Amino acid sequence: MEANIAVPSEEKNTWNGGGKRPFGASYGKMMMWFFIVSDAITFSGFLAAYGLTRFKFIDSWPIADEVFTHVPFFHGSYPMIYVAFMTFVLIASSVTMVLAVDAGHQMNKKKVTFYMFLTIIGGLIFVGSQAWEWNTFINGSYGSVKTTDGKLLQFVTGDGLNDEGEMKFHQVALSDFVLGERTDGRVQHKKQNGLWFVEESTISPYSIDQIINAYNSNPNIFVKSELVNAEKKEKVVLSREEGAAQLAKTDLVVEGANLEVNEYGNTIFANFFFFITGFHGFHVLSGIIINIIIFFNVILGTYERKGHYEMVEKVGLYWHFVDLVWVFVFTFFYLV
Amino acid sequence: MAHAHESNLKRIWIVFGILSVITIVEVYLGIIKPDILNFPLKAFEPTFFGSIGNALLSPIIFTSPLNFLFIVLTLIKAYYIAWAFMHLEGEKKWFRRAAVWTATFLICYLVSLLLIEGDYLNSTLGPLVKW
Repeated sequence: MEANIAVPSEEKNTWNGGGKRPFGASYGKMMMWFFIVSDAITFSGFLAAYGLTRFKFIDSWPIADEVFTHVPFFHGSYPMIYVAFMTFVLIASSVTMVLAVDAGHQMNKKKVTFYMFLTIIGGLIFVGSQAWEWNTFINGSYGSVKTTDGKLLQFVTGDGLNDEGEMKFHQVALSDFVLGERTDGRVQHKKQNGLWFVEESTISPYSIDQIINAYNSNPNIFVKSELVNAEKKEKVVLSREEGAAQLAKTDLVVEGANLEVNEYGNTIFANFFFFITGFHGFHVLSGIIINIIIFFNVILGTYERKGHYEMVEKVGLYWHFVDLVWVFVFTFFYLV
Repeated sequence: MAHAHESNLKRIWIVFGILSVITIVEVYLGIIKPDILNFPLKAFEPTFFGSIGNALLSPIIFTSPLNFLFIVLTLIKAYYIAWAFMHLEGEKKWFRRAAVWTATFLICYLVSLLLIEGDYLNSTLGPLVKW
Protein backbone atom coordinates (compact mmCIF):
# COMPACT_ATOMS: atom_id res chain seq x y z
CA MET A 1 0.00 0.00 0.00
CA GLU A 2 2.68 2.36 0.97
CA ALA A 3 3.84 2.77 -2.62
CA ASN A 4 0.47 4.17 -3.66
CA ILE A 5 0.05 6.75 -0.94
CA ALA A 6 1.56 10.19 -0.99
CA VAL A 7 3.18 10.51 2.38
CA PRO A 8 3.22 14.09 3.63
CA SER A 9 6.81 15.01 4.13
CA GLU A 10 8.07 17.38 6.75
CA GLU A 11 11.49 17.27 5.24
CA LYS A 12 12.82 19.86 2.87
CA ASN A 13 13.66 17.39 0.11
CA THR A 14 10.20 17.22 -1.50
CA TRP A 15 11.57 18.69 -4.72
CA ASN A 16 14.38 16.20 -5.15
CA GLY A 17 12.24 13.08 -5.29
CA GLY A 18 12.37 12.50 -1.55
CA GLY A 19 16.08 11.87 -1.76
CA LYS A 20 15.64 8.80 -3.97
CA ARG A 21 18.32 8.36 -6.63
CA PRO A 22 17.32 5.94 -9.39
CA PHE A 23 20.37 4.89 -11.44
CA GLY A 24 22.50 6.90 -9.04
CA ALA A 25 21.27 10.13 -10.60
CA SER A 26 19.40 12.74 -8.63
CA TYR A 27 15.78 13.50 -9.50
CA GLY A 28 16.63 16.90 -10.99
CA LYS A 29 19.44 15.62 -13.15
CA MET A 30 17.35 12.74 -14.45
CA MET A 31 14.49 15.06 -15.39
CA MET A 32 16.94 17.40 -17.12
CA TRP A 33 18.13 14.44 -19.18
CA PHE A 34 14.60 13.44 -20.12
CA PHE A 35 13.82 17.03 -21.10
CA ILE A 36 16.96 17.06 -23.24
CA VAL A 37 15.92 13.84 -24.98
CA SER A 38 12.50 15.27 -25.84
CA ASP A 39 14.03 18.54 -27.00
CA ALA A 40 16.56 16.62 -29.12
CA ILE A 41 13.68 14.84 -30.83
CA THR A 42 11.94 18.18 -31.44
CA PHE A 43 15.04 19.59 -33.09
CA SER A 44 15.58 16.47 -35.15
CA GLY A 45 11.97 16.83 -36.32
CA PHE A 46 12.84 20.29 -37.67
CA LEU A 47 16.08 19.15 -39.26
CA ALA A 48 14.39 16.09 -40.78
CA ALA A 49 11.67 18.37 -42.21
CA TYR A 50 14.47 20.51 -43.66
CA GLY A 51 15.92 17.33 -45.19
CA LEU A 52 12.56 16.35 -46.66
CA THR A 53 12.13 19.77 -48.26
CA ARG A 54 15.66 19.77 -49.55
CA PHE A 55 15.17 16.35 -51.16
CA LYS A 56 11.88 17.61 -52.62
CA PHE A 57 13.65 20.56 -54.29
CA ILE A 58 16.93 18.70 -54.72
CA ASP A 59 17.80 20.17 -58.13
CA SER A 60 17.28 23.82 -57.16
CA TRP A 61 18.23 24.07 -53.46
CA PRO A 62 20.45 27.10 -52.66
CA ILE A 63 24.14 26.36 -52.06
CA ALA A 64 25.00 27.54 -48.54
CA ASP A 65 28.49 28.68 -49.58
CA GLU A 66 26.91 31.21 -51.94
CA VAL A 67 24.45 32.50 -49.34
CA PHE A 68 26.49 32.89 -46.16
CA THR A 69 29.62 34.62 -47.40
CA HIS A 70 29.93 37.68 -45.17
CA VAL A 71 32.24 38.49 -42.30
CA PRO A 72 31.83 41.71 -40.28
CA PHE A 73 34.33 44.49 -41.10
CA PHE A 74 35.59 42.62 -44.20
CA HIS A 75 34.50 43.04 -47.79
CA GLY A 76 34.48 40.20 -50.24
CA SER A 77 33.31 36.64 -50.14
CA TYR A 78 34.41 34.42 -47.26
CA PRO A 79 32.08 31.42 -47.09
CA MET A 80 32.03 29.43 -43.82
CA ILE A 81 34.47 31.65 -41.92
CA TYR A 82 31.94 33.52 -39.81
CA VAL A 83 29.82 30.52 -38.97
CA ALA A 84 33.00 28.62 -38.07
CA PHE A 85 33.79 31.43 -35.65
CA MET A 86 30.31 31.10 -34.12
CA THR A 87 30.77 27.34 -33.76
CA PHE A 88 34.10 27.86 -32.09
CA VAL A 89 32.63 30.40 -29.64
CA LEU A 90 29.94 27.94 -28.64
CA ILE A 91 32.41 25.08 -28.17
CA ALA A 92 34.64 27.36 -26.08
CA SER A 93 31.72 28.40 -23.88
CA SER A 94 30.87 24.71 -23.48
CA VAL A 95 34.41 24.15 -22.23
CA THR A 96 34.19 26.98 -19.70
CA MET A 97 30.87 25.54 -18.55
CA VAL A 98 32.37 22.11 -17.97
CA LEU A 99 35.27 23.78 -16.14
CA ALA A 100 32.71 25.48 -13.89
CA VAL A 101 31.09 22.10 -13.17
CA ASP A 102 34.52 20.64 -12.43
CA ALA A 103 35.33 23.51 -10.06
CA GLY A 104 31.93 22.94 -8.42
CA HIS A 105 32.91 19.35 -7.62
CA GLN A 106 35.85 20.76 -5.68
CA MET A 107 33.61 23.35 -3.96
CA ASN A 108 35.75 26.14 -5.38
CA LYS A 109 33.33 29.07 -5.40
CA LYS A 110 35.75 31.56 -6.92
CA LYS A 111 36.50 29.37 -9.93
CA VAL A 112 32.85 28.46 -10.48
CA THR A 113 31.97 32.17 -10.52
CA PHE A 114 34.76 32.98 -12.97
CA TYR A 115 33.94 30.16 -15.41
CA MET A 116 30.18 30.80 -15.25
CA PHE A 117 30.94 34.42 -16.13
CA LEU A 118 33.01 33.37 -19.16
CA THR A 119 30.24 31.00 -20.25
CA ILE A 120 27.69 33.81 -20.18
CA ILE A 121 30.00 36.08 -22.19
CA GLY A 122 30.48 33.31 -24.78
CA GLY A 123 26.72 32.86 -25.05
CA LEU A 124 26.21 36.60 -25.54
CA ILE A 125 28.85 36.69 -28.30
CA PHE A 126 27.11 33.80 -30.03
CA VAL A 127 23.63 35.37 -29.87
CA GLY A 128 25.07 38.70 -31.04
CA SER A 129 26.74 36.95 -33.99
CA GLN A 130 23.51 35.26 -34.88
CA ALA A 131 21.68 38.60 -34.81
CA TRP A 132 24.27 39.97 -37.22
CA GLU A 133 23.90 36.90 -39.45
CA TRP A 134 20.12 37.37 -39.52
CA ASN A 135 20.50 41.06 -40.30
CA THR A 136 22.81 40.33 -43.23
CA PHE A 137 20.49 37.60 -44.48
CA ILE A 138 17.37 39.78 -44.27
CA ASN A 139 18.98 42.81 -45.94
CA GLY A 140 20.55 40.73 -48.70
CA SER A 141 23.48 41.86 -50.75
CA TYR A 142 22.93 41.15 -54.45
CA GLY A 143 19.26 41.21 -55.33
CA SER A 144 17.58 38.99 -57.89
CA VAL A 145 14.44 38.76 -60.00
CA LYS A 146 11.60 36.27 -59.91
CA THR A 147 9.68 34.90 -62.89
CA THR A 148 5.91 34.52 -63.02
CA ASP A 149 6.32 30.74 -62.59
CA GLY A 150 8.27 31.22 -59.37
CA LYS A 151 11.84 30.75 -60.60
CA LEU A 152 14.54 32.94 -59.16
CA LEU A 153 17.25 34.46 -61.35
CA GLN A 154 20.52 35.94 -60.10
CA PHE A 155 23.12 37.86 -62.06
CA VAL A 156 26.76 36.96 -62.54
CA THR A 157 29.62 38.32 -64.54
CA GLY A 158 32.37 36.36 -66.30
CA ASP A 159 35.89 36.41 -64.84
CA GLY A 160 37.59 34.78 -67.83
CA LEU A 161 38.53 31.18 -68.51
CA ASN A 162 40.13 28.79 -66.03
CA ASP A 163 42.75 26.09 -66.76
CA GLU A 164 40.15 23.71 -68.19
CA GLY A 165 38.79 26.33 -70.57
CA GLU A 166 35.55 26.87 -68.63
CA MET A 167 34.16 30.31 -67.88
CA LYS A 168 34.36 31.33 -64.18
CA PHE A 169 31.67 33.59 -62.79
CA HIS A 170 31.05 35.69 -59.73
CA GLN A 171 27.75 37.13 -58.59
CA VAL A 172 27.03 40.84 -59.08
CA ALA A 173 24.55 43.05 -57.28
CA LEU A 174 21.76 44.80 -59.17
CA SER A 175 23.31 48.10 -58.12
CA ASP A 176 26.55 47.12 -59.93
CA PHE A 177 25.07 47.11 -63.41
CA VAL A 178 21.60 48.68 -63.32
CA LEU A 179 21.94 52.43 -63.65
CA GLY A 180 19.64 55.36 -62.98
CA GLU A 181 16.19 55.71 -61.48
CA ARG A 182 13.13 53.54 -62.02
CA THR A 183 11.89 54.04 -65.57
CA ASP A 184 8.27 53.07 -65.02
CA GLY A 185 7.35 55.92 -62.64
CA ARG A 186 6.10 53.48 -60.00
CA VAL A 187 6.15 55.02 -56.52
CA GLN A 188 5.77 53.52 -53.08
CA HIS A 189 2.16 53.48 -51.94
CA LYS A 190 2.05 55.54 -48.76
CA LYS A 191 -0.93 56.56 -46.66
CA GLN A 192 -0.87 60.12 -47.94
CA ASN A 193 -0.91 59.29 -51.67
CA GLY A 194 -3.66 56.68 -51.82
CA LEU A 195 -6.17 54.96 -49.63
CA TRP A 196 -5.38 56.25 -46.14
CA PHE A 197 -5.65 52.82 -44.58
CA VAL A 198 -3.39 51.06 -47.08
CA GLU A 199 0.37 51.14 -47.02
CA GLU A 200 3.08 49.13 -48.77
CA SER A 201 6.61 48.38 -47.74
CA THR A 202 9.63 49.91 -49.46
CA ILE A 203 9.74 49.10 -53.16
CA SER A 204 12.87 48.26 -55.11
CA PRO A 205 14.74 51.20 -56.65
CA TYR A 206 14.80 49.23 -59.92
CA SER A 207 12.01 48.22 -62.26
CA ILE A 208 11.95 45.03 -64.33
CA ASP A 209 12.24 46.95 -67.63
CA GLN A 210 15.25 48.82 -66.34
CA ILE A 211 16.98 45.56 -65.35
CA ILE A 212 16.25 43.95 -68.72
CA ASN A 213 17.64 47.01 -70.52
CA ALA A 214 20.78 46.93 -68.40
CA TYR A 215 21.15 43.20 -69.14
CA ASN A 216 20.78 43.73 -72.89
CA SER A 217 23.32 46.55 -72.99
CA ASN A 218 25.89 44.69 -70.87
CA PRO A 219 27.29 41.65 -72.76
CA ASN A 220 29.33 40.40 -69.78
CA ILE A 221 26.29 39.96 -67.52
CA PHE A 222 24.82 36.46 -67.39
CA VAL A 223 21.78 35.01 -65.68
CA LYS A 224 22.42 32.35 -63.03
CA SER A 225 19.57 29.89 -62.66
CA GLU A 226 18.62 27.97 -59.52
CA LEU A 227 19.32 24.67 -61.27
CA VAL A 228 22.20 22.72 -59.70
CA ASN A 229 24.64 20.84 -61.89
CA ALA A 230 24.75 17.55 -59.96
CA GLU A 231 28.22 16.61 -61.22
CA LYS A 232 29.94 19.84 -60.29
CA LYS A 233 27.61 20.92 -57.48
CA GLU A 234 27.34 24.36 -58.98
CA LYS A 235 24.45 26.49 -60.15
CA VAL A 236 23.94 26.48 -63.92
CA VAL A 237 24.66 29.80 -65.64
CA LEU A 238 22.42 30.39 -68.65
CA SER A 239 23.64 31.58 -72.03
CA ARG A 240 22.85 35.18 -73.03
CA GLU A 241 19.88 34.09 -75.16
CA GLU A 242 18.40 31.72 -72.57
CA GLY A 243 18.90 34.40 -69.94
CA ALA A 244 17.02 36.96 -72.00
CA ALA A 245 14.18 34.46 -72.52
CA GLN A 246 13.91 33.84 -68.76
CA LEU A 247 14.15 37.56 -67.96
CA ALA A 248 11.20 38.24 -70.26
CA LYS A 249 9.04 36.21 -67.86
CA THR A 250 10.02 38.11 -64.70
CA ASP A 251 7.63 40.27 -62.71
CA LEU A 252 9.27 40.86 -59.35
CA VAL A 253 12.53 42.35 -58.10
CA VAL A 254 13.64 40.63 -54.89
CA GLU A 255 16.11 42.19 -52.48
CA GLY A 256 16.90 40.51 -49.18
CA ALA A 257 14.73 37.93 -47.52
CA ASN A 258 11.42 37.67 -45.71
CA LEU A 259 8.92 34.87 -45.14
CA GLU A 260 7.28 35.34 -48.56
CA VAL A 261 10.21 35.73 -50.88
CA ASN A 262 14.01 35.86 -50.73
CA GLU A 263 16.84 36.58 -53.12
CA TYR A 264 18.68 33.31 -52.42
CA GLY A 265 16.29 30.73 -53.88
CA ASN A 266 13.29 28.75 -52.72
CA THR A 267 11.05 30.64 -50.31
CA ILE A 268 11.05 27.72 -47.91
CA PHE A 269 14.85 27.81 -47.65
CA ALA A 270 14.70 31.18 -45.90
CA ASN A 271 11.73 30.01 -43.82
CA PHE A 272 13.71 27.05 -42.53
CA PHE A 273 16.70 29.30 -41.89
CA PHE A 274 14.60 31.65 -39.77
CA PHE A 275 12.79 28.84 -38.01
CA ILE A 276 15.66 26.49 -37.16
CA THR A 277 18.37 29.03 -36.34
CA GLY A 278 15.71 31.13 -34.59
CA PHE A 279 14.57 28.23 -32.44
CA HIS A 280 18.18 27.41 -31.63
CA GLY A 281 18.93 31.08 -30.88
CA PHE A 282 15.94 31.12 -28.53
CA HIS A 283 17.44 28.13 -26.72
CA VAL A 284 20.77 29.95 -26.41
CA LEU A 285 19.00 33.03 -25.09
CA SER A 286 17.07 31.07 -22.46
CA GLY A 287 20.32 29.24 -21.61
CA ILE A 288 22.03 32.59 -21.00
CA ILE A 289 19.18 33.74 -18.75
CA ILE A 290 19.27 30.52 -16.72
CA ASN A 291 23.07 30.77 -16.52
CA ILE A 292 22.79 34.35 -15.21
CA ILE A 293 20.33 33.25 -12.51
CA ILE A 294 22.63 30.42 -11.42
CA PHE A 295 25.63 32.77 -11.63
CA PHE A 296 24.04 35.08 -9.06
CA ASN A 297 23.08 32.11 -6.90
CA VAL A 298 26.73 31.05 -6.94
CA ILE A 299 27.84 34.56 -5.92
CA LEU A 300 25.26 34.65 -3.13
CA GLY A 301 26.63 31.35 -1.83
CA THR A 302 23.40 29.37 -2.26
CA TYR A 303 25.22 26.21 -3.31
CA GLU A 304 27.96 26.70 -0.73
CA ARG A 305 25.21 26.46 1.93
CA LYS A 306 23.50 23.59 0.14
CA GLY A 307 26.73 21.66 0.27
CA HIS A 308 26.99 20.86 -3.44
CA TYR A 309 27.02 22.55 -6.85
CA GLU A 310 24.71 20.15 -8.63
CA MET A 311 22.57 23.00 -9.96
CA VAL A 312 25.58 24.21 -11.97
CA GLU A 313 25.84 20.68 -13.37
CA LYS A 314 22.17 20.71 -14.41
CA VAL A 315 22.28 24.05 -16.24
CA GLY A 316 25.57 22.81 -17.68
CA LEU A 317 23.71 19.87 -19.22
CA TYR A 318 21.29 22.27 -20.88
CA TRP A 319 24.11 24.48 -22.12
CA HIS A 320 26.01 21.52 -23.62
CA PHE A 321 22.81 20.40 -25.28
CA VAL A 322 22.51 23.79 -27.00
CA ASP A 323 26.06 23.30 -28.27
CA LEU A 324 25.20 19.76 -29.39
CA VAL A 325 22.24 21.00 -31.42
CA TRP A 326 24.38 23.70 -33.03
CA VAL A 327 26.88 21.06 -34.18
CA PHE A 328 24.06 19.44 -36.17
CA VAL A 329 22.57 22.72 -37.43
CA PHE A 330 26.05 23.75 -38.57
CA THR A 331 26.50 20.51 -40.51
CA PHE A 332 23.12 20.34 -42.17
CA PHE A 333 22.64 24.04 -42.87
CA TYR A 334 26.12 25.20 -43.76
CA LEU A 335 28.27 22.21 -44.65
CA VAL A 336 26.33 19.41 -46.36
CA MET B 1 28.91 10.94 -8.48
CA ALA B 2 31.73 8.47 -8.16
CA HIS B 3 34.05 11.15 -9.52
CA ALA B 4 32.72 13.76 -7.15
CA HIS B 5 36.01 15.10 -5.93
CA GLU B 6 38.57 14.33 -8.55
CA SER B 7 39.38 16.78 -11.29
CA ASN B 8 38.90 16.02 -14.98
CA LEU B 9 40.85 19.02 -16.24
CA LYS B 10 43.17 17.07 -18.52
CA ARG B 11 40.31 15.18 -20.14
CA ILE B 12 38.37 18.44 -20.69
CA TRP B 13 41.24 20.11 -22.53
CA ILE B 14 41.91 17.03 -24.65
CA VAL B 15 38.26 16.92 -25.71
CA PHE B 16 38.35 20.65 -26.44
CA GLY B 17 41.36 20.01 -28.68
CA ILE B 18 39.60 17.17 -30.51
CA LEU B 19 36.45 19.24 -31.08
CA SER B 20 38.47 22.21 -32.34
CA VAL B 21 40.54 20.11 -34.73
CA ILE B 22 37.42 18.41 -36.15
CA THR B 23 35.73 21.79 -36.64
CA ILE B 24 38.80 23.19 -38.40
CA VAL B 25 38.97 20.13 -40.69
CA GLU B 26 35.25 20.48 -41.49
CA VAL B 27 35.58 24.16 -42.31
CA TYR B 28 38.71 23.60 -44.40
CA LEU B 29 37.04 20.83 -46.43
CA GLY B 30 33.86 22.93 -46.65
CA ILE B 31 35.79 25.81 -48.21
CA ILE B 32 38.07 24.00 -50.64
CA LYS B 33 35.62 21.15 -51.43
CA PRO B 34 38.27 18.79 -52.90
CA ASP B 35 37.22 17.28 -56.23
CA ILE B 36 38.29 13.78 -55.21
CA LEU B 37 35.57 13.74 -52.53
CA ASN B 38 32.94 16.03 -53.98
CA PHE B 39 31.07 14.01 -56.60
CA PRO B 40 27.72 12.22 -56.48
CA LEU B 41 28.02 8.46 -56.01
CA LYS B 42 25.95 6.41 -58.39
CA ALA B 43 23.73 3.51 -57.35
CA PHE B 44 24.58 0.08 -58.81
CA GLU B 45 22.59 -1.38 -61.69
CA PRO B 46 19.46 -2.91 -60.12
CA THR B 47 20.51 -6.51 -60.65
CA PHE B 48 20.11 -9.02 -57.81
CA PHE B 49 23.43 -8.21 -56.13
CA GLY B 50 23.23 -4.57 -57.23
CA SER B 51 19.93 -4.10 -55.42
CA ILE B 52 21.23 -5.73 -52.25
CA GLY B 53 24.28 -3.48 -52.46
CA ASN B 54 22.09 -0.41 -52.96
CA ALA B 55 19.95 -1.31 -49.96
CA LEU B 56 22.95 -1.89 -47.70
CA LEU B 57 24.89 1.15 -48.86
CA SER B 58 21.93 3.52 -49.26
CA PRO B 59 23.13 5.96 -46.54
CA ILE B 60 26.39 6.32 -48.46
CA ILE B 61 25.50 6.14 -52.13
CA PHE B 62 22.87 8.86 -52.11
CA THR B 63 25.30 11.52 -51.02
CA SER B 64 28.82 12.53 -51.97
CA PRO B 65 31.78 11.11 -50.02
CA LEU B 66 32.41 14.65 -48.76
CA ASN B 67 28.93 15.00 -47.24
CA PHE B 68 29.19 11.52 -45.77
CA LEU B 69 32.50 12.51 -44.16
CA PHE B 70 30.87 15.67 -42.72
CA ILE B 71 28.11 13.59 -41.15
CA VAL B 72 30.58 11.12 -39.64
CA LEU B 73 32.70 13.96 -38.21
CA THR B 74 29.55 15.55 -36.76
CA LEU B 75 28.60 12.32 -35.03
CA ILE B 76 32.10 12.08 -33.56
CA LYS B 77 31.73 15.63 -32.22
CA ALA B 78 28.30 14.79 -30.81
CA TYR B 79 29.79 11.72 -29.11
CA TYR B 80 32.51 13.76 -27.39
CA ILE B 81 30.11 16.50 -26.28
CA ALA B 82 27.62 14.00 -24.84
CA TRP B 83 30.12 11.59 -23.29
CA ALA B 84 32.76 14.00 -21.96
CA PHE B 85 31.03 17.37 -21.45
CA MET B 86 27.59 16.08 -20.48
CA HIS B 87 29.41 13.40 -18.53
CA LEU B 88 27.43 10.46 -19.87
CA GLU B 89 30.53 8.30 -19.47
CA GLY B 90 30.20 8.69 -15.70
CA GLU B 91 26.51 7.76 -15.51
CA LYS B 92 25.12 4.27 -14.89
CA LYS B 93 24.99 2.21 -18.09
CA TRP B 94 21.21 1.88 -18.27
CA PHE B 95 20.57 5.50 -17.44
CA ARG B 96 22.83 6.45 -20.34
CA ARG B 97 21.05 3.99 -22.62
CA ALA B 98 17.60 5.29 -21.58
CA ALA B 99 18.59 8.68 -22.98
CA VAL B 100 20.87 7.78 -25.90
CA TRP B 101 19.05 4.78 -27.36
CA THR B 102 15.63 6.44 -27.13
CA ALA B 103 16.81 9.50 -29.01
CA THR B 104 18.96 7.58 -31.53
CA PHE B 105 16.30 5.07 -32.57
CA LEU B 106 13.50 7.63 -32.83
CA ILE B 107 15.67 10.05 -34.80
CA CYS B 108 16.88 7.36 -37.23
CA TYR B 109 13.29 6.24 -37.78
CA LEU B 110 12.02 9.78 -38.37
CA VAL B 111 14.89 10.81 -40.64
CA SER B 112 14.64 7.66 -42.78
CA LEU B 113 10.92 8.10 -43.38
CA LEU B 114 11.11 11.83 -44.07
CA LEU B 115 14.05 11.59 -46.46
CA ILE B 116 12.42 8.75 -48.42
CA GLU B 117 9.24 10.82 -48.53
CA GLY B 118 11.15 13.88 -49.74
CA ASP B 119 12.66 11.88 -52.59
CA TYR B 120 9.20 10.60 -53.46
CA LEU B 121 7.77 14.14 -53.52
CA ASN B 122 10.55 15.18 -55.87
CA SER B 123 9.79 12.39 -58.32
CA THR B 124 6.02 12.47 -58.10
CA LEU B 125 5.38 16.22 -58.16
CA GLY B 126 7.64 16.51 -61.21
CA PRO B 127 7.25 19.86 -62.93
CA LEU B 128 5.89 21.53 -59.80
CA VAL B 129 9.14 21.12 -57.90
CA LYS B 130 11.79 20.66 -60.61
CA TRP B 131 13.50 23.67 -62.09
